[in-house]
Amino acid sequence: MFRRQEKTLVTILILGLVLGGTYALLALGLTLQYGISRIMNLAYGELTLAAAFVLVALFRATGLSPIAAIVMIAPAGYVVGWFLYAVMMRPLVARSGAGGRLEVDSILATFGLLFLIQGVLLVAFGSNFTSISYLDRGVSVFGVPVALNRLIAFAICVTAGGALVVALARTRWGLTLRAVAQTPGSAPLVGIDVNRVARQGFALGTALAATGGATIAMYQTFSANDGVIFTMKALVIVIMGGVGNVAGALAAGFALGLVETFVATAIDPGLTLAATFAIFLAVLLWRPQGLFGRG
Amino acid sequence: MTLLSIDNVTKRFGGLTAVDAVSFDIAEGEIMGLLGPNGSGKTTLVNLVSGDLSADGGRITLAGTTLTGRRPDQIARVGVARTFQLVRILPSLTLTENVMVPAVFGAKSHWGAAAHEVAQAALEQVGLARRASSNAGELTYIDQKRLELARALAAEPKLLLLDEWLAGLNPTELGEGVALIRSLADSGITILMVEHIMEAVRALCPRVAVMNSGRLIADEATEVALTDPHVIAAYLGEGEDA
Amino acid sequence: MKLILPVLALALLAAAPFALSDYGLGLLIGAVTYTTLASSWALFSGHTGYISLATVAFYGTGAYTVAVLNEALPYPLVLLAAALVGATMALVVGLSTLRLAGVYFVIFTFGLAELVRQLITWYEVNVTGTLGRYIFLDVTARGIYWQMLALGAVTIGLTALIHRSRLGLALRVIGDDEVVAAHSGIPLARTKLVAFVLSATILTLAGAIASPRWVYVEPAIVFNPTVSFLTVIMALLGGANRLWGPALGAVPLFLAFEWLSVKLPDTYPIFLGFLFIGVVFALPDGVLAGIERLRQRREGAG
Repeated sequence: MFRRQEKTLVTILILGLVLGGTYALLALGLTLQYGISRIMNLAYGELTLAAAFVLVALFRATGLSPIAAIVMIAPAGYVVGWFLYAVMMRPLVARSGAGGRLEVDSILATFGLLFLIQGVLLVAFGSNFTSISYLDRGVSVFGVPVALNRLIAFAICVTAGGALVVALARTRWGLTLRAVAQTPGSAPLVGIDVNRVARQGFALGTALAATGGATIAMYQTFSANDGVIFTMKALVIVIMGGVGNVAGALAAGFALGLVETFVATAIDPGLTLAATFAIFLAVLLWRPQGLFGRG
Repeated sequence: MTLLSIDNVTKRFGGLTAVDAVSFDIAEGEIMGLLGPNGSGKTTLVNLVSGDLSADGGRITLAGTTLTGRRPDQIARVGVARTFQLVRILPSLTLTENVMVPAVFGAKSHWGAAAHEVAQAALEQVGLARRASSNAGELTYIDQKRLELARALAAEPKLLLLDEWLAGLNPTELGEGVALIRSLADSGITILMVEHIMEAVRALCPRVAVMNSGRLIADEATEVALTDPHVIAAYLGEGEDA
Repeated sequence: MKLILPVLALALLAAAPFALSDYGLGLLIGAVTYTTLASSWALFSGHTGYISLATVAFYGTGAYTVAVLNEALPYPLVLLAAALVGATMALVVGLSTLRLAGVYFVIFTFGLAELVRQLITWYEVNVTGTLGRYIFLDVTARGIYWQMLALGAVTIGLTALIHRSRLGLALRVIGDDEVVAAHSGIPLARTKLVAFVLSATILTLAGAIASPRWVYVEPAIVFNPTVSFLTVIMALLGGANRLWGPALGAVPLFLAFEWLSVKLPDTYPIFLGFLFIGVVFALPDGVLAGIERLRQRREGAG
């Protein structure tokens, strides 16, 4: 009996961490978009889903390996994000000036984008659940059988997220991005082109959404209606970690993966969103600046 | 009689002590300058008085009422009005509505005709009465500053906090601005003004408090302070250790 | 004088069922329902700029309350209970989010309907053991219409009153600049909370009144998120900060979407998407403000 419980706990830990890897990557992208570009992107989950569908379509049509597909999907996400910012967001930023108008405008515009992408996905792929079977044989990790596709997805998330965190912390380019995130008002004074950096931030966030979405397609069943759920989770993680806080988003992503897996395994799979929301509410009431923020 | 009393007030941001055990009093009807180099804690102190920030230690009282620990709206209703370093107006409201707001929600709670009268009087005082029904978003910079001042006046405050209200004005406008503040002081409002323009400080404030690195380094007559070696050193940057 | 036109229109609308077919009455009920929803949404969000995406969380809660209580209590008490449940829910949501920056509120309301739906589903499946309830109420379509018309009229009347009150001024100031609002003596949290609870109570009542149309009720039906999104775009299209703006947006959009959902059910979200983007870019303050601006420009030119 005791052995069994111990094993359940290890299972929850491992599956939770694997799920948390994807969540952390998704939240990282969203926090970059909001922190650097000041755009609260409600279509984030739809962009994630679009990448997932592209991966499935490529896999089915050409048999292209998902790993090779991700290498193409991530830069494609960057390009899509770049154009979205240039065409849709930039005019809103320019129009808003210094006022608080941008927040409302960007929420409504990306809300429209949400339906647009969702509608296109529904027309193109229908509303049924989709999945692919790719490397779904089990591998033993500390005695727990984990599907190989999950492990690969986890490795991709950790590599992509880790590389980005290092780049943000160590490179000149990362310093520029962080400068804009912290003080967009004074960045031009030191010769930073805020518009360009904001576009980069948005594009980078979209690339992360695409990468995350592609990894989801490797191991999970999904449908064109699920975008809102991904956005919701990414938002909750961003707020748990503290808005604009990269390390916080990563830590909170893993935490949410663990909590969800725990609730789904030990309590009821129907309550995972309720658990997410309970955490969200607790954070708002107790530490609105985020669990990992200062002061 | 003491109106505002700042007693041993401290504010820390993480490791930085922005306001360090500052104490001084302002008497009723007095107009006092608050000086100091950039980053010395002046605006932080103003924000502590108006309730934007909460103090980590010490006590601020207005005519015996404790302000520390209260929200900005409560402090406003006790009788503190302010302007902002970066001018803040309500762009989608008319000038009258802008100015009416503190008359309606302030200590006196005027409504209807009474609120309009207070607003009209305040607009006249700053010379904007003719444009009362235009939208605030259409005003020029100096007129936005005037509007902000009118709004503070319509609160019929006991204490008026001016945070670099004269900054960014051209010489003609500066002259008008100084005259305007002088007329307010003459009407009996107590004023604490953060200011960098020494000419204006000399013209308006008999007494100044000087801050540097969060500490109060002088609280004396303006002429004395401006020749005080500590104050000069602070402005020249010698005392800059934070 | 200004009252004559609305009162006349109300009388005309009240008499309309006698001249309409069942299908026509059904459309009219829908139009009046969405007018009520968009108007009560705008009561809070219109001036403050706090975009609530939770309309259906309240609307659905109203319907569900009726489904649970319709056999236990007399009808007026059922409505009262629905209003209380809605107000309490709004109070909890408002207290936890309205102290913070607007974006927290948006995010919270974004997921609220889904949360309520999952909680009720879980409760019904695990505790009561049934999913799905019947509403057996002796209310005719005309009865529903008249109640909804009354609620809509009350909402617009209340909005007119608020526009002229301290609360209305306070909400407009909050929408422009919360820092200035606070320094002018406006208690931010309380003001926002009052307006949000008022608005949510009306939304809940609208759901309660509309519920007998469904007969069979289950969470997936009554918590349809499209209701929330339509409400937002209707209010914005007409002009959320105008008295008649939400009604002006609600009626044509309801009819357009009714038609679309029959003719082109698959491309429906695409239209909705273009509509949101179009409104944000072309009519940021709604049709009414757009018309005014055009008129001013013409006067300026001529």
